[in-house]
Amino acid sequence: MSDKNDKTERAERLSVFKTYKLYVGGKFPRSESGRVYEVSDSKDNWLANVPLSSRKDARDAVVAARKAFGAWSGATAYNRGQILYRIAEMLEGRREQYVREVADAEGLSKSKAAAQVDAAIDRWVWYAGWTDKIAQVVGGGNPVAGPFFNLSSPEPTGVVAVLAPQESSFLGLVSVLAPVIATGNTAIVVASEKSPLPALSLGEVLATSDLPGGVVNVLSGRTAEIAKPLAAHQDVNAIDLAGADDVLAKELEIAAADNLKRVLRPQPVDYTETPGIDRMTAFLETKTVWHPTGSLGASGSSY
Amino acid sequence: MPTNASSPAAESVGGTPSAHALTDVTASDSTLRRFLHGLPGVDAVGLEGRAASLGTRSIKTTAKAYAIDLAISMVDLTTLEGADTPGKVRALGAKAVHPDPTDRTTPATAAVCVYPDMVATAKQAVAGSTVKVASVATAFPAGRAALAVKLADVRDAVAAGADEIDMVIDRGAFLAGNYLKVYDEIVAVKEACGASARLKVIFETGELSTYDNIRRASWLGMLAGADFIKTSTGKVAVNATPANTLLMLEAVRDFRTQTGIQVGVKPAGGIRTTKDAIKFLVLVNETAGEDWLDNHWFRFGASSLLNDLLMQRQKLATGRYSGPDYVTVD
Repeated sequence: MSDKNDKTERAERLSVFKTYKLYVGGKFPRSESGRVYEVSDSKDNWLANVPLSSRKDARDAVVAARKAFGAWSGATAYNRGQILYRIAEMLEGRREQYVREVADAEGLSKSKAAAQVDAAIDRWVWYAGWTDKIAQVVGGGNPVAGPFFNLSSPEPTGVVAVLAPQESSFLGLVSVLAPVIATGNTAIVVASEKSPLPALSLGEVLATSDLPGGVVNVLSGRTAEIAKPLAAHQDVNAIDLAGADDVLAKELEIAAADNLKRVLRPQPVDYTETPGIDRMTAFLETKTVWHPTGSLGASGSSY
Repeated sequence: MPTNASSPAAESVGGTPSAHALTDVTASDSTLRRFLHGLPGVDAVGLEGRAASLGTRSIKTTAKAYAIDLAISMVDLTTLEGADTPGKVRALGAKAVHPDPTDRTTPATAAVCVYPDMVATAKQAVAGSTVKVASVATAFPAGRAALAVKLADVRDAVAAGADEIDMVIDRGAFLAGNYLKVYDEIVAVKEACGASARLKVIFETGELSTYDNIRRASWLGMLAGADFIKTSTGKVAVNATPANTLLMLEAVRDFRTQTGIQVGVKPAGGIRTTKDAIKFLVLVNETAGEDWLDNHWFRFGASSLLNDLLMQRQKLATGRYSGPDYVTVD
């Protein structure tokens, strides 16, 4: 065909809208309820319809996360680091898309949005490095008064529900999600209610980063509606309340007390700063084992 | 053998009444074949469509609570592994009697289902409760053994105290068209069960390959005096599906209409969630009718299903989703 023909076709091309879907158990389902809600940018222009998740979607996500927990927590720390780094690689390739989505969602200029996306990618790399180092920092051998090796090692808590920050739609999301999965937990993320698009797009990156399905499950919808059943769910081991306001956080903390969930209360955070290891240790438990040294008896020696 | 003494009773329970409307059918191989091949063919698309549409019923709140308790009371809690130990069977028995130790209002299951050599252990474990002991027999799951061996297997289980015997039919003979052989075998096993044990006949629907065959097998089993017809062993790829269970429910309904004899149905294998179980209960109610909504006439052969039922029961009671930490690990 001639060039001229190509040009007219391009001019008349219909726009292709993206269907944003949930990311649960490595698949991209719509909400079980069939509901959607409208998402608009900071100037109230319509951007997309996204799934309005129900409590049953939350329940399904917990089942998926529990199923994935054994293999993910059992994977070597080195392997988890490789996969987290792979996520950064995949994000780098789709950087332009995220810059656009973050700029729309948060009303930022292109350069400021780009800075946010770069920081988010760097954050994955930062946590990728931590996966096989956190055990040395918070675990180790303990001196005891007896012929025993006494070793403490950090272990993942289990299934963690994460309420992503409402304002920082991408950097904030990555900053709360990456530390949870870096240490071997599996996560159910409730995306920012007003600007969920970067979170839903992140699901597409996670699906192509060798991250086993179910390790991260992304839900969009009304934070209060999804968070309540998650906080009360007996098979969720911890909850990060970063995206809850004070009233909701209190209510969720009460619900979470029922099965002694670990709760990380919302706190003022500057997500552009280097995060430190607090968010990782918040969802780690310490296991300590005693092991005889074998030096008991006649020889009388220690080790 | 004690079975010899009780065999006349078995005749009058199983053999004679089933014959009164269909006496001639089992007179010879050719009459039996003519009857079974004369059964109307199954509309496969219609059957699956009907099963699927009944599966869309929404059962909520009090109806759901009723359905869950009913389903729990219908479970044949099963362990059929080469690695079964007496300890595992005892644990299973304890679970069958009190499925949820934290909530004593939970109904007991219908039965525990074990291999013949574990019957005595299971019997002890459920002593003093309403829970029955079912035993698979007749060279389960393949059924490839001589009739004498199969009958010895059955008598062994009955002597050990089994209340129910789950036998497998000879699928090889059935598929070869040797219907009278299959029939005679079921009659012989029924006789070996005596008056005390109810007989469940397993067709292994996954190996019968067509819906027509499942319908024929159902009628064959019922003619031979089965107390229950059961889909499968749980040992092959395709087990109980809503469609083949619906087909068998239609067969027991029609059989009662013709002969006045009620036969139970037991889907087994592959039913793992409460949602699935409730779908089966809807099938029972809509096809066979309320008379079958009782654990004397309908059972689920399952092991992991019970935990899901218990979790759903806890969810209904507390409003919170439960998790696998709050039910036993089998």
